[in-house]
Amino acid sequence: MAEVTLTNVCKSFGDDVALDDVSMTVPDGSFVVLLGPTGAGKTTTLRMVSGLDTPDMGKITIGGRDMAGMTPAQRDVAMVFQQYSLYPHLTVRQNLEFPLKSPILRTPQPEIDRKVKEVAEVLQISHKLDNKSTALSGGEMQRVSIGRALVRQPSVYLMDEPLSSLDAKLRSDLRIELKGIQANSGATLLYVTHDQIEAMTMATHVGVLDNGKLVQFGSPRELYENPVSVYAASRLGQPRINMLPADIFGGAPAAATHIGLRPEQILQGNGEDSTVHRIEHLGDQTRLHLSFKSHDLITVTDAHTDLKVGDIVKIRPHEALYFGANGARVA
Amino acid sequence: MSFSATEPTRGTKWFAGIAVVLYAIITLIPLLWIVATGFKSPADSISYPPVVVFEPSLEGYVNLFTARTRATEDMLEAAGPAVTWYDKITRNRGTIISGPSRYGERFMNSIIIGFGSTLLCMILGTAAAYAFSRFKVPLKDDLLFFILSTRMMPPIAVAIPIFLMFRNLGLNDTHLGMILLYTAVNLSLSVWLLKGFIDEIPIEYEEAALIDGYTRFQAFYKVVLPQAATGIASTAIFCLIFAWNEYAFAVLLTSGTAQTAPPFIPTIIGTSGKDWPAVAAGATIFLVPVMVFTILLRKHLLRGITFGAVRK
Repeated sequence: MAEVTLTNVCKSFGDDVALDDVSMTVPDGSFVVLLGPTGAGKTTTLRMVSGLDTPDMGKITIGGRDMAGMTPAQRDVAMVFQQYSLYPHLTVRQNLEFPLKSPILRTPQPEIDRKVKEVAEVLQISHKLDNKSTALSGGEMQRVSIGRALVRQPSVYLMDEPLSSLDAKLRSDLRIELKGIQANSGATLLYVTHDQIEAMTMATHVGVLDNGKLVQFGSPRELYENPVSVYAASRLGQPRINMLPADIFGGAPAAATHIGLRPEQILQGNGEDSTVHRIEHLGDQTRLHLSFKSHDLITVTDAHTDLKVGDIVKIRPHEALYFGANGARVA
Repeated sequence: MSFSATEPTRGTKWFAGIAVVLYAIITLIPLLWIVATGFKSPADSISYPPVVVFEPSLEGYVNLFTARTRATEDMLEAAGPAVTWYDKITRNRGTIISGPSRYGERFMNSIIIGFGSTLLCMILGTAAAYAFSRFKVPLKDDLLFFILSTRMMPPIAVAIPIFLMFRNLGLNDTHLGMILLYTAVNLSLSVWLLKGFIDEIPIEYEEAALIDGYTRFQAFYKVVLPQAATGIASTAIFCLIFAWNEYAFAVLLTSGTAQTAPPFIPTIIGTSGKDWPAVAAGATIFLVPVMVFTILLRKHLLRGITFGAVRK
């Protein structure tokens, strides 16, 4: 396992700037999640580290070694792709054996058998080992694909939205499984997703990318409680942070144009009047859609609430976040 | 009652079935006629009206593979009584086998040149198609167009320059010369066809192999090649059929050592009268290798073996 660093990495594809001066340290043994919408540069970052693409400028190191000019094979990384995950002409077993049989590893057969068995059990695909990889369901394919990374002990695991095609139950099972594997083995993981629950539950560090720039890097808690901008704030939290004009409650700092309120930052019971216009019962909690001075707000309340549409709820802000005109945090 | 758009109705199925059977009969009749003629006696083969039911004879095949001379009394005495079945057939016609014909040799030439050029064409074509599909090649589009443009004129239009070139290079009437010629003619087709097939293989498979610890060439060999098998097989069939059937260049550039079967078969007519059964026998045997090759590769022709492992 190893530390990965990116220093001033830039990459363009024609006129498109994919990465703009990104510097980041993935500490040894950490689980780093890169968050951002499509086109933010998450996958490009992974490809730079893997060696499938090379940066136009800047430096990448893995375990202290400069990666310039190194082929993917020399970098000792394992990668799970978002798509086209399995070699279609091979069986599940052959797919899992493939990296172990590479000329770089040349693993002895008993060792291969042991590892394949172990990984197949963890991912619950033991009974499918001799199936053709094309004869699997999407979820099974993706598990095999993750397995193909896990059979190795590389310096770093790179995963590009590995769970995005799975159904909700499998996704939450594998989330726990992956986190467990990482925690037990001390593996370094660089993980791309746009699913904030994956980021919050698995990450030791989260990096937020916006149009090729790394706008914030820190622990999930830090990012949630202390976002640097509207953009970073809206990456995490469900329901999303509510953005309202800064002076709507009064008492805003001079530079602020917007106030950001997460559900727990909206205290109910006293303050100003708002009207309930929709109620969503989610079982463990209830979402309240409120109309407040012609703005819409979403917050949460008790699961067994007696509130009905049209009721009046008094609200006031509590430790709110304030943002300036350019979206940056001011207080 | 409603029908889905994809499920043909009963009537359509019947109509399609009848059309396919009719088409098969129309295309197969000439072929069956050739095969049948190979087993006719010379008299039956030219009788009018044509005979459909006849007594089968192997005379055509015997004549195809042997050279015969008209036998005199002395020769018959010297040779002794006919022992083998083919001796008996020729004796009945008052001839005696003087040795093998050249058909065997010509047939082997066809095999060497046809399969040799197909193999070479596949090796060069796959390599070129892979490069065009995956790498940044300067002037890629122009090069591809140039390669295609070599097919825009009939190859025989450049027969004389090629003839002169071959004579100066000492390639006239050599196996190597014919292999190179057929490879050159087929290469444009194979590069274009194979590029299409390789383009369809997602690059992610190779990238996965690169990360799994393989070199570019190993990734090509272990991941791309097996998935391109379908395309390679169908392209190989096209190349073989062209090289196998080619007549004009074979007439022009070969005579003794490297002559292939197509220019040889018509010469059978000249050697011992209009021996149609022998010609038909030669043509029948000539059909077999391409047929076997196509049947052997047909499982690769079924598209779809590489599709499905892709997460949609």
